[in-house]
Amino acid sequence: MKLTRITSLAAGTMTLALVVSACSGSATTAPAASAAAASAQASSAGGAASAYVPPTDAGAAKGKTIAIISKGEQHQFWQAVKKGALDEAAKLGVTATYQGPATESEVDKQLTMLQTALSNNPAAVCFAALDSKAAGALLAQAQASKIPVVGFDSGVDSTIPVTTVATDNTAAAAVAADHMASLIGNAGTVGVIVHDQTSQTGITRRDGFLAQMAAKYPNIKVLPPQYGAGDAVKSADIAKAMMTANPDLKGFFGANEGSIKGVLNALKETGNEGKIVAIGYDSGQQQIDAITSGVEAGAITQNPIGIGSKCVDAAVDAINGKALPQKIDTGFSWFDKTNINNPEIQAVLYK
Amino acid sequence: MQTTTLLARSRVQSILRGDSIQRLLALGALLLLLAFFSAVVPHFASTNNYIDILTATAVNGVLATGVTFVIITGGIDLSVGTGMTFTSVVMGIVAVNLGLPLPLGLLAALAAGALVGSINGALIAKAKLPPFIATLGMLYVTLGMAQVISDVHPIYFDQQPAFQGFFMSKPIVGIPNIVWVMLGGAAIAWILLNKTILGRYTFALGSNEEATRLSGVNVDRWKIIIYAVDGLFIGLAGIVIASRMNSAQPGLGMGYELDAIAAAVIGGTSLSGGEGSVVGTIIGAFLISTLRIGLSVAGIPDQWKSVITGLVVIGAVWLDILRRRSRA
Repeated sequence: MKLTRITSLAAGTMTLALVVSACSGSATTAPAASAAAASAQASSAGGAASAYVPPTDAGAAKGKTIAIISKGEQHQFWQAVKKGALDEAAKLGVTATYQGPATESEVDKQLTMLQTALSNNPAAVCFAALDSKAAGALLAQAQASKIPVVGFDSGVDSTIPVTTVATDNTAAAAVAADHMASLIGNAGTVGVIVHDQTSQTGITRRDGFLAQMAAKYPNIKVLPPQYGAGDAVKSADIAKAMMTANPDLKGFFGANEGSIKGVLNALKETGNEGKIVAIGYDSGQQQIDAITSGVEAGAITQNPIGIGSKCVDAAVDAINGKALPQKIDTGFSWFDKTNINNPEIQAVLYK
Repeated sequence: MQTTTLLARSRVQSILRGDSIQRLLALGALLLLLAFFSAVVPHFASTNNYIDILTATAVNGVLATGVTFVIITGGIDLSVGTGMTFTSVVMGIVAVNLGLPLPLGLLAALAAGALVGSINGALIAKAKLPPFIATLGMLYVTLGMAQVISDVHPIYFDQQPAFQGFFMSKPIVGIPNIVWVMLGGAAIAWILLNKTILGRYTFALGSNEEATRLSGVNVDRWKIIIYAVDGLFIGLAGIVIASRMNSAQPGLGMGYELDAIAAAVIGGTSLSGGEGSVVGTIIGAFLISTLRIGLSVAGIPDQWKSVITGLVVIGAVWLDILRRRSRA
């Protein structure tokens, strides 16, 4: 009996601890400043991006190992990045390993993965940091061991990476804002649902959208962004709450696949399909169907396969000692009903 | 001496088995919260918004109902959220990938849930693992298996339009069927807990497992059965969440177990076992979603929503402890 009581007490305490850590888990980064730095970097390096020519063979890097540590593995987006990376590695004749934590708040798990990868002494590391500052010591260790680091996706906010392979999310979200403005006639109230407020992609897409709206469309009121953890059901509940609070809402911007799925679910559940403008990010079956049927006006797609392949390319170049541009832009596209079947769009969409 | 206290304690417990005090507290808090939001937050007081709250409660309400059973036995189930993901993926594989009729898919979800629950129960009753550890392990196993069998791809129910068509339609007073499914599940759980031998053993296990064993009850077998019942509700939650998304999403599920446990605890189910009620749990689940949606409609920043939700959980447990102390 005593033992049971102790166990249940321990269980209770740990449960509470879990509740607390779940609530605070996403508050691991503090980067208003680093967001600004990243966007400044993006705009300043914009010109250099097009200059990058990927290698056609591995040269001295042949047979060597490139460790890729991403921000996730389960999401369809990361599956596409993984495919791009592993296919490119196979093509060039290098070995690539790919891993990422289960959710994008598990900074500590990602650091363990990076640590393990470095201990195996790879020829290069590709790293999409969940929290650049937290990875500082390990990055210094990589530099000391002369292992080149290629940043990708949200990148690494540090001087150590030889280059960063990424989408210019600030510019992409601004394009989403332009389309939103023209679709609602440059006036009205708009809601923004974002996956989180700590990751670089969450921050840059949100701020890119908000900044463009503030700068160019004074008659559009953007509601304070709400956060749904990229969960399609939680984001739907949030979207419905925003519609309740703002009956005059004219449009929604969902900043990643899970967020826009939530918006689409909310529109369906409330019978507002086609009445409220929905603009999304990334792709996935549900979004592709909604755009084809006209329920969703359009979306920004990144090039996840390109992010994967270019980060392997950059790693191979780094192993061979080639100079790399500060930033390799993998591009983004706006797609809607009119161009969704174009081959160049189909090539970057994933289901 | 310890026996006397135990006896006294269980006698008091049997008087207060319905746990009416905490349940009334939770109900009072829920009504207060609804009244507060309705009065203060513009647009909150609308039929549509109340229906949104009901809809948002469905998944957590079903999960929390299941977890109430095991918490009353003095156990815990951390695998309910990812178990739910697993069951929804199993349903997708049966009803979409294999193209079998929808009812078979629904049965498969329930069966998968019962399987997860039985494994939890066997690990706890036969292998003698602490419930916290056994179900923590199963949290990862079910999440991983959901991804293995789906090849980490969401499964869409487009070719089964009757699925979302049924569960999300609103034939009765504009409330979607998933809410009635949750309430129906809760009603069944209430009968199981209060009118059957399974319920009696559930409370007996949580009050005094050793005494229950000594009185000739096959404790191990009943534990497995109780965890399997919990599993059936996990399967039901898998159906409910998949119907909202019209898809099975293999990456989802972490964190749902905490909402479910919080709902049970707010509703007066004691983490040390022996006490709890389904009615309280459902009230607790409504309280959580009322709080979330109310704060969202009010436009409270996300970080404060987390803080406030956490404080409510702490407050509920603290009230429970105060009540317990005053009774002792």
